[in-house]
Amino acid sequence: MVIYLKSIFNDAGNIILFTARFFKEVTKPPFETKEFIRQCYEIGYKSLPLVAITGFIMGLVLTLQSRPTLADFGAESWLPGMVALSLIREIAPVVTALICAGKISSGIGAELGSMKVTEQIDAMEVSAINPYKYLVVTRILAATLMVPLLVVFADGIGISGGYMGVNIHSDINIVRYISQVFESLDFVDIIPATIKTFFFGFFIGMIGCYKGFTAANGTESVGKAANSAVVLASLSIFIIDMLAVQITDIFF
Amino acid sequence: MTPNETHKKTPNTAPVIEIKGLYKTFGKDNHVLNGVNFSVAKGENLVVLGRSGSGKSIAIKCLVGLVKADKGEVNVFGKNIVKFNENQLNEIRLRIGFLFQNGALYDSMSVRQNLAFPLMRHSTELTAKQVDNAIKETLESVGLTEAIDKMPSELSGGMRKRVGLARTLILKPEVLLYDEPTTGLDTITSREISDLILSIQKKHQTTSIIITHDMACAKLTADRLVILKDGIIEAEGTYEALEKSNDAWVRSFFS
Repeated sequence: MVIYLKSIFNDAGNIILFTARFFKEVTKPPFETKEFIRQCYEIGYKSLPLVAITGFIMGLVLTLQSRPTLADFGAESWLPGMVALSLIREIAPVVTALICAGKISSGIGAELGSMKVTEQIDAMEVSAINPYKYLVVTRILAATLMVPLLVVFADGIGISGGYMGVNIHSDINIVRYISQVFESLDFVDIIPATIKTFFFGFFIGMIGCYKGFTAANGTESVGKAANSAVVLASLSIFIIDMLAVQITDIFF
Repeated sequence: MTPNETHKKTPNTAPVIEIKGLYKTFGKDNHVLNGVNFSVAKGENLVVLGRSGSGKSIAIKCLVGLVKADKGEVNVFGKNIVKFNENQLNEIRLRIGFLFQNGALYDSMSVRQNLAFPLMRHSTELTAKQVDNAIKETLESVGLTEAIDKMPSELSGGMRKRVGLARTLILKPEVLLYDEPTTGLDTITSREISDLILSIQKKHQTTSIIITHDMACAKLTADRLVILKDGIIEAEGTYEALEKSNDAWVRSFFS
């Protein structure tokens, strides 16, 4: 038990130091712009199909599941607004972030873990190239910027899924549906929900990089790095979400 | 046997690399290096022998700052690098090439990109044409021009090591550190790599430290050998002298 607690505190301390190094290195030139753009493509563009499918299903299923309850109260007309609010405030950010934790965090963990095991990171270091700057800073930055964009994309796709859900049981014009969606939305709904996604992205990238970069020697540790990256990133998403909702509740 | 008993080739120039009383411990009681001393003269090929886990790789990793020594001196080009910061270490690292056991090629890059990666970062004044020429020239020197656009996954073990060597050579290092350059290769390919090590030394007048278990490679490449046992240098000398050593343990490496 003592050893387990010691390893948790040890890990927490190392993650803090790892994050502090990120803030130290991110402002120092040279900037790895080319690699950053490549990572934005890998993390952002290549996640679009997955996010699109899950976003659409989220909107559709949420609409279909909410409809009977609203119909009991004769409030079916609230359906577009309710679906849009649920999606934008909570469901799309959290589900998209969890999907990204599974895809991006594990991918980074496995990639950097295998680079560590096969001495590619050491090779970079002995070539006088800063591997932290090239591999870690670019990935964390790309994840921090791409996850919010993916969430906004999932919001849009989810709302269009909702339109299909509404139209399965009734008939509503797209213009009327969109206007009902926007009538129910306020900036207070969108801004805090979007701000928290930057934190989701940061933690997804940072935890993946930390687990990969600190993988022990041996191929077994690559699997462990990928697995623990997903678990820790998913857990951190829920914790950040809880804190973000509490803070939003106080201020708005 | 004292190290000097079998030592035949005494370096006649100031050592390029000198390790004095080097200690390294992992965890609480895993003492890997227990006061290692050796030096390498300019243009010399030093082969480091020893059983697995005797601390050979750790010793050469200390030379480039990949592993921080606990105690002792690591003098490279006349400077003790033990307390150097990253920037100071990087200046030294640019003058040292390190060939890793499996080549350590960047999996996501082609052979061309693997070679261009360090070159473009450290020689920013070069044009794309000059970089391309340097890549072709270096690949030619290791006999692998045809692999220029291949990915590392398409290369055999021997080819990976050659490309790894080319990536190291492209920065024109003065010292080359080889970590088991022939491990996992067949006899013919091992011989080719050993010949390559010699031809590089001849062509570029490099100083080399070669860690190996392959006695054929050691015989061919070594000007001098040191044998590590339990983190200290147990024997030192030329191949011929150590082969005829009075110490049965030393002779067991050559049988």
